Amino acid sequence: MTGLLQQPGYEEERLQRVSELLPCREVQAGMLLSLMGEPQQYCYPSIFMFGHRSSGKSHVINVLLKELELPHATVSCVECVSATLLFDKVLLSFFGSDAASLLPRSPSLSDFVRIFRQHSSQFPAKQTRYIIMEKAELLRDAEANLLPALLRLQELVEDNVTVILLSEIVWDTFRPNTGCFEPLLLYFPDYSKGELQQILSKDRHPSYSAEFYYSYINILLGVFYSVCRDLRELRHLAALNFPKFCEPVEAGKVKETDAHKLWKNIEPHLKKAMQTVYLREVSSVQWEQMQQMEEDETGAMRGLSAHTHVELPYYSKFLLIAAYLASYNPARTDKRFFVKHHGKIKKTNFLKKNEKTSNHLLGPKPFPLDRLLAIFYSVVDSRVAPTASIFSQISSLVTLQLLVKVSHDDQLDAPKYKCAVSLDFISAISRTVNFDIVKYLYDFL
Amino acid sequence: MSKRKVKNVHLPIGECIAQVQQILRERFCQRQLPERPEGVEAQHKHLEELLKRTAIHGESNSVLIVGPRGAGKTTLLRCVLRELSKEQEVQKNLLLVHLNGLLQTDDRIALKEITRQLHLENVVGDKVFGSFAENLAFLLDALKKGDRSSSRPVLFVLDEFDLFAHHKNQTLLYNLLDVSQSAQAPVAVVGITCRLDVLELLEKRVKSRFSHRQIHLLSSLTFPQYLDRVQAQLSLPDDVPDSNFAQEWNASVKTLCEDKAVEEVLQRHFNSSKDFRSLHALLMPCLSRVSVAKPTIKPADLLDASRLCFADTKASMLHGLSILELCLIIAMKHLNDVYKGEPFNLQMVHNEFKKFLQRKSNSMYNFDQPVIMKAFEHLQQLELIRPVDGSSAKTQREYQLMRLMLDQSQIMEALQKYPQCPTDVKQWAISAFA
Repeated sequence: MTGLLQQPGYEEERLQRVSELLPCREVQAGMLLSLMGEPQQYCYPSIFMFGHRSSGKSHVINVLLKELELPHATVSCVECVSATLLFDKVLLSFFGSDAASLLPRSPSLSDFVRIFRQHSSQFPAKQTRYIIMEKAELLRDAEANLLPALLRLQELVEDNVTVILLSEIVWDTFRPNTGCFEPLLLYFPDYSKGELQQILSKDRHPSYSAEFYYSYINILLGVFYSVCRDLRELRHLAALNFPKFCEPVEAGKVKETDAHKLWKNIEPHLKKAMQTVYLREVSSVQWEQMQQMEEDETGAMRGLSAHTHVELPYYSKFLLIAAYLASYNPARTDKRFFVKHHGKIKKTNFLKKNEKTSNHLLGPKPFPLDRLLAIFYSVVDSRVAPTASIFSQISSLVTLQLLVKVSHDDQLDAPKYKCAVSLDFISAISRTVNFDIVKYLYDFL
Repeated sequence: MSKRKVKNVHLPIGECIAQVQQILRERFCQRQLPERPEGVEAQHKHLEELLKRTAIHGESNSVLIVGPRGAGKTTLLRCVLRELSKEQEVQKNLLLVHLNGLLQTDDRIALKEITRQLHLENVVGDKVFGSFAENLAFLLDALKKGDRSSSRPVLFVLDEFDLFAHHKNQTLLYNLLDVSQSAQAPVAVVGITCRLDVLELLEKRVKSRFSHRQIHLLSSLTFPQYLDRVQAQLSLPDDVPDSNFAQEWNASVKTLCEDKAVEEVLQRHFNSSKDFRSLHALLMPCLSRVSVAKPTIKPADLLDASRLCFADTKASMLHGLSILELCLIIAMKHLNDVYKGEPFNLQMVHNEFKKFLQRKSNSMYNFDQPVIMKAFEHLQQLELIRPVDGSSAKTQREYQLMRLMLDQSQIMEALQKYPQCPTDVKQWAISAFA
């Protein structure tokens, strides 16, 4: 289906404007519009629209309702932390502030429906009223009766009202266990590569030709398409990296049509962008600054994750090392590593391991406090007394989230811990105290 | 098939279509009651008798209407009430109180609602009552005094009756049923629920006061009856202004229902559920496509609608994932195969993915760990994978144990449909578990 949206009951030029505003979404918009029907006709009580992030769900519905001037209330479930805010917003946008002020201090659903009914009998709907719930997956965490009630709101308030739920998650996970009114499901498919190209090349720079920008988008998608299909993210990346792309053209080195040279110039740059700005290691402002500083190699600036160095006291470092060893080594190997005269241990037996049991794959194991202290005394050279300061350092490591307390909070004797730092972090720490941690790790034997 | 020729219309075709839309939409949204509920004559008669006895003779009753969702419980009750309201005596006498378990979530709210629906706010005013029962008794007293000759019967309709059973001490139910057993004010309590075991939810003292009268609405439709029902749902009534158009429409509906492909679709639908509501959900998209350019429902419309109804939503969500995310899902599937459904974490998935890359010796998918983590988190956001235990803050993100919420056939189906899926990835997914 191409071209204009068609639906009786709406003005032609408005429909035309709508279809211009919704590139690559004609089919979905048309389907939605035909479901909505003429403004005064009844629409299905609830519609559930789902699809991936930035596949145009809220854009399509908002453009439709705004351009066609239908009465609607758009509610984001993230904002509405309590149902009160939701009720307030819906009443406000349908009946004005005097209706919203009728709500009692902590209104129940019953109050909302009563006030809604009261007002809709005074001003009966000439056109279908739409309530749009964005991020509807959060409704599952709200009170148990909110979602089922919203789904059959048309029946409850006896008015021409339709609730449209938007979500990224499929309907199957929404269904309450005693069932509910089943909404109509409407799937918004993802944009194909061609459609992404088409949409992204719409916001081209006016001073360059359309083909030039199109080829830039092509290169950008070549790098990022296998990782990211989020239109919003791609648009952001396209806007950020465009100055770098046209740099050689501005300098007069390369002509606009020389695609190969342009590609050679931008490709490593985009690859770097994937490691930095895509992961928000570097903020986009920093990225722009870096592009301007030519002598500064891109990415030389340290990102967020490079700041992993933490200054710790001497004993804390050893406590953390001991915790790491206790977490990642099985307890049966402690004797082999930390006791001087450990006797004979059969090497074949000792080294029998398969991949699944590798602890760096499975993650840290919990260990009791005694084991931590035993390993700590064995790795620390000097004699350390178990003073209060040692124990307070352990608990402050827990508050720094370098250690995690596994057992219940109120357990004083034999609490269990887990080490929550990465291998890079712990090797950096052990280098500062001249301790070779890899030698003591079972996985790397 | 049925090519309808437009001739001899009294109204322009646009208006006719608008009328069709208007009438059928109201029917599908259950705004319009059917003339007479079909297939439930016995239940209809039973309920009508019962309510009549309350309304006219002042007999107290309680009854439960039980049936699966979409079976027409509310419609049945509304039909009965409509017929009752035709009688003058009933109209004058009977007071109706509608309560819904979804709205009146506790007894305080329910009581307020009862007061409001009986128009007693001015009487209750600022009086403070001790107990709930006292308040209720006052309400019923007020009813008695309100009419000079005798007390007026009250009909309580409790929609979502099972939710009322979850209230504290079931005070409201106890009092309502107690009144229906003992006090003089004639009261009928009609509960509507979809739970067959609703009586097990009631406390003993409440249960003993309930009359144990149940009306079951279990569909006993056969397929030919179902077909008739579909036809009836789509046909226009005789009293539309343009009878010519109505006849043509009804004829086209009839030919539609006799179509072989349509019958197959409906059979499939019938096998999955017999209720009307899912039928309406099927017919609504078909109806919405009816326009001036296409004034009948074609079999193709119904086929499309049923395809939408039966589409696997998760598989279609998989279609929109990026290659990297798809690779991660395949790796998870392998882990599931090898370790028999044990939960996994990001490290294991990454390890599995790396093994694939090594075999292939192609650096095209060599992504950094953080990029992979971002993809993994996206999958978690889509709830395609779910953490085993809820405590996310306790462990590092890469070591959190997860479970895959997809099954093998869904993944394979999605791979078949995936646009421009690289051959090696496809091969990896198939060769998998050797």
